[in-house]
Amino acid sequence: MGHFLQSIVGSVDPYTLQIIVNIGIAIPLALGLNVITGLTGQLSLGHAAFMSIGAFIGAILTNRLGLPFELNLILTGLLTALIGVLIGFPILRLTGDYLAICTLGFAEIVKVVFLNLDITNKALGMQVVPAKTSIPMPIYVWVVAIISIVFVTFLQSSRLGRALKAIREDEIAAEAMGINLAIYKVKSFAIGTFLAGIGGCLYAHFINYINPSDFGFLKSVDILSMVVLGGLGSIPGTVFGAAVLSAAPEFLRFMSQYRMLVYGALLVCLMVFRPNGLLGGVNFTGMLMKALGRRASETLAADPKRREL
Amino acid sequence: MFLQQLINGVALGSTYALIALGYTMVYGIITLINFAHGEIFMVGAFVGLLLITYFKLNIFVAMFLSMSFCMILGVVIELVAYRRLRRSSRLSALISAIGVSIFLSSLALMIFGADAKAFPDDVFPLRQIKIGSAEVSTLQLSIIGISALLMLTLEFIVQKTKIGKAMRATSEDYTAAALMGINVNRVISFTFALGSALAAAGGMLVGLLFNAVTFNMGLMAGLKAFAAAVLGGIGSIPGAMLGGVLLGVTEVFGVAIGYSSYRDAIAFTILVLVLLLKPTGLLGQKIQKKV
Repeated sequence: MGHFLQSIVGSVDPYTLQIIVNIGIAIPLALGLNVITGLTGQLSLGHAAFMSIGAFIGAILTNRLGLPFELNLILTGLLTALIGVLIGFPILRLTGDYLAICTLGFAEIVKVVFLNLDITNKALGMQVVPAKTSIPMPIYVWVVAIISIVFVTFLQSSRLGRALKAIREDEIAAEAMGINLAIYKVKSFAIGTFLAGIGGCLYAHFINYINPSDFGFLKSVDILSMVVLGGLGSIPGTVFGAAVLSAAPEFLRFMSQYRMLVYGALLVCLMVFRPNGLLGGVNFTGMLMKALGRRASETLAADPKRREL
Repeated sequence: MFLQQLINGVALGSTYALIALGYTMVYGIITLINFAHGEIFMVGAFVGLLLITYFKLNIFVAMFLSMSFCMILGVVIELVAYRRLRRSSRLSALISAIGVSIFLSSLALMIFGADAKAFPDDVFPLRQIKIGSAEVSTLQLSIIGISALLMLTLEFIVQKTKIGKAMRATSEDYTAAALMGINVNRVISFTFALGSALAAAGGMLVGLLFNAVTFNMGLMAGLKAFAAAVLGGIGSIPGAMLGGVLLGVTEVFGVAIGYSSYRDAIAFTILVLVLLLKPTGLLGQKIQKKV
């Protein structure tokens, strides 16, 4: 099984593979932020901090304890979520911009702490030994990405998801309807940070080297841009945003030195001309149903016998 | 020792205060965290550096020209990146601001390169003055003096002039101010111009203080100044001044007692604590929750 998958991965051009895996890693990260910001409406500017927490926990678990990767991944996600809850519980009382700033401040603190801890090898960063698994990392990344898409899709229409949307639309009305704001916000934070931790863990084991400076404010902005680019709260939008923004640096490579310049200008243009994101407000399920429905009715019209069935 | 560190702290803090004022004024009027503000600070430093190095201008003339340049820059940024987003969600405006910030810092990287640039040595008559037990440089004193002067000017503009009155009215109630015949767009442009000018001055002073101007100096300074604005109570002008100075002093003392590798974390720890204990900041007004 392992050899077969390895041969599939080996047949892909390494450069393309790198881009594909980057997209796959970005998906759980962006979906996690989408739960916090898109679904619950709590703006977080410190998502990269949870990614770094996940990356370092995952790396330490592999390097020191040598846990099998499956267990490591889940444990990392849970530990990151625990830290997320511990942090989220006090700060989620804040609303709007204050929350955003608090998460930003927290992210900087995490970065500085990691830069000073011995266990994370200070500013030198950590080498991560290869993950203990027979399945190649690119396949792993995409399996996790797909599971997280499915998970968030179900979450969105669950009872919890509807409560979170109610909080996003109007906190006071939601509270009046009996939704316990504190508990639901912390739950959404836990789910978001869980996904961020998993994304970070995958990142650490794919790149095999992590440095606290890689998870700064700009990384948080990058993840937030993915969510906003596609359209807040929209899962296809978030996946699309993750794909476009992970691949964008590669496609903009031909103008290497102007790359960030163009990226900044693009962000501004996008926001000015489509403030709700590229796919914001597009109803995908509706479009899909409509497409299927039309096709179904066309085949019915073409084949009168089937109409009787 | 104590006095020495206090003066160092106040000098650093007054530059934070200069930047924080721009944040707080913009936030007070259109409730936008203007992330590009830190980059305006950086551009101000670079423009000043260019004028002094290549045109051999006097430092004060250079500072004046750099402030004027950044005024225009601030107004243009508002016009291009924020004006059309005023009615859409705050998040879109925030992302747009971040886009501007990335754009400006990478532009500076392209033009000036990645290494730190220094001001020429003879730009400022540097002398050490003894005050009690402390050694203070003329530069530090000038920084404190110039910042205080600029802040007093700002306070005068906001409290005593007609446009200042319009600014206060607009931050009180945007719609009502518009209905009373205040040209809100002009007030907002003016606010951006004022804030950017202060940031440019701050940028030049910081460049002189550390004798280094880099393309990425805006990000951290901007974030810290923002922390200062929140500490003082965002939207409050005296609050930003107080917050900036307090933050600078705390940071310098934190470094002095041996937490130098945690330097950047100090500002943000204060920020998080303030937000948790008194979310409106030291001098901020309580915001009524509207149903």
